[in-house]
Amino acid sequence: MKRNIPLVFAFVAGMLVILAEFIPHRPFNQIVSTLEGWFMIISGFAILLGQISLIRMNSNKIRHKLPDWQYSLAGLISFALMLIVGLLWGMQETHGILGEGLGIQAALGAKPFDYLFTNALLPLSSTLFSLLAFFIASAAYRAFIFRSFESNLLMITAVIVIIGRTSLGSMLTAGLPESLQFWHIPNLADFIMEYPNSAAQRAILVSAGLGIVGSSLRIILGIERSYLGGD
Amino acid sequence: MRKCMLFLAFVFLSTSVFANVFIAKDCPCDDGTAIDLSWETCPLTEYVTIYRMNDDSKWEEIAKINQSSGTYKDSELEINKEYHYRLQVHFIDDDLFFEASAITIEQWFNTNKLGFLVILLLICFAIIYYIIAAQRGKEFFIRRISGLDSMEEAIGRATEKGKPILFVPGISDLDNIETIASLTILSQLAEKSAEYGTELIVPCRFSMVLSAAKEVVQEAYIRAGRADAYKADNIFYLTDDQFGFVAGIDGIMLREQPAANFFLGSFYAESLILAETGFSTGAIQTAGTAQAHQLPFFVVSCDYTLIGEELFAASAYLSKNPQQLGSLKGHDFGKIVIIILIIAGVILEILGYGFLKEFIVGAVS
Repeated sequence: MKRNIPLVFAFVAGMLVILAEFIPHRPFNQIVSTLEGWFMIISGFAILLGQISLIRMNSNKIRHKLPDWQYSLAGLISFALMLIVGLLWGMQETHGILGEGLGIQAALGAKPFDYLFTNALLPLSSTLFSLLAFFIASAAYRAFIFRSFESNLLMITAVIVIIGRTSLGSMLTAGLPESLQFWHIPNLADFIMEYPNSAAQRAILVSAGLGIVGSSLRIILGIERSYLGGD
Repeated sequence: MRKCMLFLAFVFLSTSVFANVFIAKDCPCDDGTAIDLSWETCPLTEYVTIYRMNDDSKWEEIAKINQSSGTYKDSELEINKEYHYRLQVHFIDDDLFFEASAITIEQWFNTNKLGFLVILLLICFAIIYYIIAAQRGKEFFIRRISGLDSMEEAIGRATEKGKPILFVPGISDLDNIETIASLTILSQLAEKSAEYGTELIVPCRFSMVLSAAKEVVQEAYIRAGRADAYKADNIFYLTDDQFGFVAGIDGIMLREQPAANFFLGSFYAESLILAETGFSTGAIQTAGTAQAHQLPFFVVSCDYTLIGEELFAASAYLSKNPQQLGSLKGHDFGKIVIIILIIAGVILEILGYGFLKEFIVGAVS
């Protein structure tokens, strides 16, 4: 019973969503938005599970003084601080328990929650995102090392695209006659991106689409059950 | 005779050049909330204004368009209601008015999506056919997927080193099919790690994924007969914030030094940050996603990469269940259908026949 009821739900919901794709008549046209609404409501309640997991895991680390427990303490303090200032003075247009906090707003220039979000969380996120530039350089270095025919091909293609996207590319082959414009590096880079690159990406997307159809069908028909915990 | 000819020429010109048509039609294939308006007026038209009669029987302006001929879709209307429209055609020194009306009707089938339905049914029937054939004992050849074959090797390595395995089920919520596919793989991985007695760490970005992952891993440990080895605290929530989540996982990789990392699911800008950090720790890495833009990053930084459909095939492939393996054969049939359609479409377009393209393109319009 514990396994069969979710399977019935999966079948009914799956079939309804498929039917709704082709039937614009009521009530089918409202099914998807209704189900999405249900999902949002369930997610809203499930957030509590996440918070409990976060508090329990970090407080366990602190209580047992496990290695690097200081990070857990910092995490919990940050969590509590954002929660408290959000509850007390609200955020953006929402009111808090103590109202708008106009005095604090005058001092900080924004509500405390928004101030912390803009001046602490966003810079931290941006810092992490900016690391991507260095990681791209190290990954590209490894990918472009001469090893095999494929890696050589990759390197030559990448060099053409990289140079073609800069002013150097335009400068290098600026003197080419009209009849050889295809070999002008920016044109060559555009060609690579527009044809071979797009073709490969679309092939991956088409095969992924087929995989999604197959995977969904297995779930709807109840053949695939491991997502429920069973086999 | 000459006068007669001049008169006929005048009549011809006035009916062809200055022909004015204004039509209102219920939008076909919709939920009965839109009306299509089309007009064709003489080229001397400066612009047209479209009015709709409101409930107080007053004309309300809904659009002003600088086209002598064109179409306009009036949407967000009430179902099964008659609407009256007026087209005001503006010339340099004069205006003309036309009126038309139509009733909104909700349809039972979106014929624009007929092509999509036919292809979907064809692929679904093929998958079901192969599943039934597999049930009857027919064996199919399924090509090897090295990324999945290596799973045991990765777990073995982690066991030998006495280090944990890290499994990241992507950064999307449970409503994403990639996350579901990821959890099906987690089930197989958790069972194997339970058999080997290796610790499995699963950080989650969303609470829904957390509760599903906990259930999946716990059941896998029970299946392996190692319910006692299951540690609920190893499957935990980090944060909903994308880069906060990445920072958390990077920290785990650097502190815990997992021997094997699995990044399976939906990934975006954080894919390379995760994979490169994992690479720097020397872990054996397997990644898989259907996000075409992230695949190159995984290919460069990971030992094995599941490309697109391989992620969705993984659970069937690992389970060795004949029914599920049969469904993989259905995917191959779908690929053949797509290849035939592409070749036929290219040939027909070159020959000047556009019906196949229209049939398929109708599916997305």
